[in-house]
Amino acid sequence: MAVVRTVLYLVVYPGLLFLFVYSTFCEWFDRKVYARFQNRMGPTHTGRFGLLQPIADFFKLMAKEDVVPEAADKRLFTVLPIIGLAVVSTAGLLLPVWNFDLANPGWTSFSGDIIVVLYLLSLPTLILFLAAWSSTNLFSTIGGARVLTMLFGYEVPLFLAVLSPAILADSWRLAEIAAFYQAKPLLLLTNILGFLIALVAVQAKLERTPFDIPHAETEIVGGTFTEYSGKKLALFRLTFDIEMVVASGLLAAVFLGGFPGGAVVGFIHFVVKTLFVIFLLSLLRALTSRIRIDQVVSFAWKYLAPLAVLQLLATILLKGLIA
Amino acid sequence: MNFQIPIGPQHPALKEPISLRMTVDGEVITDVDIRLGYNHRGLEKLAEDKTWLQNIYLTERICGICSHSHSSCFVQGAEKLMELTPPRRGLYIRYLVSELERVHSHLLWLGVAGHEAGFDSFFMYTWRDREVVMDLLEMISGNRVHYAMNTLGGVRRDIDGIQKAKILEGVAVLRKRSEYYFYIGASEPSFVARIAGVGMLSKEKAVSLCAVGPVARASGVARDVRKEDPYAVYNELDFELCTADTCDVLGRVVVRVKELLESYKLIEQMVKGLPDGEIVVKAPRKAKPGEVVSRYEAPRGENIHYIKANGSDKPERLKVRAPTLGNYPATIEMLRKGFIADIPLIFAAIDPCICCAERTVTLVKAGSGEESVVRMSDLRRRAIARHNNAPVKRNAVWPL
Repeated sequence: MAVVRTVLYLVVYPGLLFLFVYSTFCEWFDRKVYARFQNRMGPTHTGRFGLLQPIADFFKLMAKEDVVPEAADKRLFTVLPIIGLAVVSTAGLLLPVWNFDLANPGWTSFSGDIIVVLYLLSLPTLILFLAAWSSTNLFSTIGGARVLTMLFGYEVPLFLAVLSPAILADSWRLAEIAAFYQAKPLLLLTNILGFLIALVAVQAKLERTPFDIPHAETEIVGGTFTEYSGKKLALFRLTFDIEMVVASGLLAAVFLGGFPGGAVVGFIHFVVKTLFVIFLLSLLRALTSRIRIDQVVSFAWKYLAPLAVLQLLATILLKGLIA
Repeated sequence: MNFQIPIGPQHPALKEPISLRMTVDGEVITDVDIRLGYNHRGLEKLAEDKTWLQNIYLTERICGICSHSHSSCFVQGAEKLMELTPPRRGLYIRYLVSELERVHSHLLWLGVAGHEAGFDSFFMYTWRDREVVMDLLEMISGNRVHYAMNTLGGVRRDIDGIQKAKILEGVAVLRKRSEYYFYIGASEPSFVARIAGVGMLSKEKAVSLCAVGPVARASGVARDVRKEDPYAVYNELDFELCTADTCDVLGRVVVRVKELLESYKLIEQMVKGLPDGEIVVKAPRKAKPGEVVSRYEAPRGENIHYIKANGSDKPERLKVRAPTLGNYPATIEMLRKGFIADIPLIFAAIDPCICCAERTVTLVKAGSGEESVVRMSDLRRRAIARHNNAPVKRNAVWPL
C-alpha cells in the first residue's frame, strides 16, 4: 500500500501529472494576462477560453521532428531536458501544500527543505548552460555564457531575500516558516522588501522580460535553445512552466503566509497565491523592455543585493527586538 | 575570445536578407562587414522597357512601406521632363498621402524598435494605433499598401468633405497617442537604458558619411529636403525641422516621434487648406529629351531618382537611390564598439528597407570568397550540370 501511495504521490498528485496540468494552466494564465496588458486577446480557440492551448502546444512540439546537431555531444544533449524536468518536479514535491505534518517531518518536509528547494531551482540554470554549450552552436554558446553571467547577478539577492523570513521564523523548514507567519500575520509586512527583491530575482531566473537575455530572439536567435527542437524543446518549455509554479509556490510559502487549512482549503490558498505571484511576474514582463547583460549584473549588485542585505539586517534587528 | 558571428542573411531581427558579419570580442563588437546582394530586383532595367505611365506603378513597388515616396519621386521627375504643372488640389492630395504614409511608416518603426529592444507591449500598442492611419489611407486610396494615387500631372482620386472630417478625426486620435509614446519612449527606465548612448554617430561623422533622414537629424544635422529644397507645396506650409543632439538611438526615437507630431500639423493644414479645382491635367505620351534629378524626403531620408529621357514614351535610364543605401556607411560606424545586444537596435534605428536598396545578385564562392556576376541563362546551365553530376544523396528519404 505504501508503495502504491508513493507511486501515486510521484506520478499523479502532486507529482508529474498534477504539475503538468497546473503548470500549463499557469502558462495559459500568464499568456492571457500578458496579452490583455498588450491589448490583445491571447489564446482563445483551443478549449474554453483557450485553456488547452499550452497543452496543445506541448503535444504539437512532441510530434515535431527532433534534430540533434552533428557536432553536438549527443548523450548530454539528449539527457539534459529530462534531468531539467526531473529536477524542477522534485522541487515541486517539497512545497508545503501537500502531505506535510508539522509534528512529523517526512521525506518531503524536513528541516532544511527551503535550502533544497533553492538548490533544485538553481540546477536548471546550470542545465541550460550545459545544454547551450553541448549544442556547439555559436548563438547557443553566447546564450550559455549569458545564462551563467546572469546567474551571478540574481542568485545571491534571491538567497538573501528568501532566507531572511526563515531567520525571523527561526526555522529552515518551509512548513514551519509558513506556520510561524500564519500565527503572526503582521510580521509578513516586514518582509515586503524581500518579497519584491525575490520577485525580480525569480523573473531573472525564469528568463522572462526584462531578463530574457539568454534567448533574446532579435539578438541571438534562439539563444540557449537554438538547436533544440521537437520533444527536447517541449520538455525544456515544460521545465520552465513547472519552475514558474514552484518558484511562485516558494514565494507564496515564504512571503505570503503559506497555505493553511488542510488539504482542500490549503490547495485553494496555493492556487490563489501562486496565481497572484504569476500575475505580478506577468505585469513586470509587460511593463519592461529587455535590458543588457552588463546592466543586469550591475543592477543586481548595485540595487538588489544591498537591498537584500538591508532586509536581512532589518530581520535580524527585529528578531532581537521580539526576543 | 575573438570570433565572428553572422547576423543574416536569415535572422529573426532582420525581416529582409542582408548579411552583417560581426567580429566580436566577448560581447563587444570589434569589426563589422555589411554584405549586400541577396535579392535580385532588376527594376532599373525593367523601367527602361515600360512607358512613363507604367513606370509609376513599377516604382511604387520598390518598397512596401514607402511606396508612395518612390512613385511621387518618379512622378515629380517625369512631370519636370514633360513640363507639366499639376493643379494645386492634386498636389495637396499627393503630399497629404505622403504625410499620412510618413505617419504610418514612423509608427511601424516605433513598434519595430520596441520589439528589437524586447519591449513587446510598446510594439503591440503602436501597431494597434497604426491601424488608424492605415484605415485613413485605405479610405482615401482604396488600398493599404500600394495606394496608386499618383499619375502624371496630378492624382487619380479626389477626397470629399466626409473624408476630410474623418482624416481630422483620425489625426486627433493619433496625436494624443503619439504624445503618450513620446513620454514612454523618452522616460520608461528599462527602455531608455537600452537606447541611450547606444549607436553613437557624431555630427562630423554623420556629415562625412552622408547619413540621411532621421539618422542625420538625430546627430544634429538639420537636413531635410522638405525644408532645404522645398518641393511642390512644402514652402506654403508651416512645419518645423526636428533634430536631436544626443547622436544615439534615443535621439532617433525622439526625432521620429517629433516628426510624427509635425506630420499631424502638416496633414491638418493640408486638409483644411485644400484648394478647389481639378486634381489632374492631361499628360503627354512622350517626354522631351533631357535628364532630371528628383529629390523627395521619404520617411527614411532623402530619396533620389535620376531619370534620363530620349524623347520616346519610355525613360532611357532610371536610377533609384533609396535612403537606406545612404545610411549603410554610417551604420558601420555606429555598430563599432557596441555590444552584441545592441546590433538589432542600432541596425533597426536606421529603419532599414533592405530590398529597396538591392539591385543585383553577386555570386560568392564559399571557399575562396571569389565574386562574380553571371547571367541568368548561365546560372541555369550551371545548375543543370551540377544536378546531373551530383551523387545520389544518402538517406534522403522524406516522410510523407
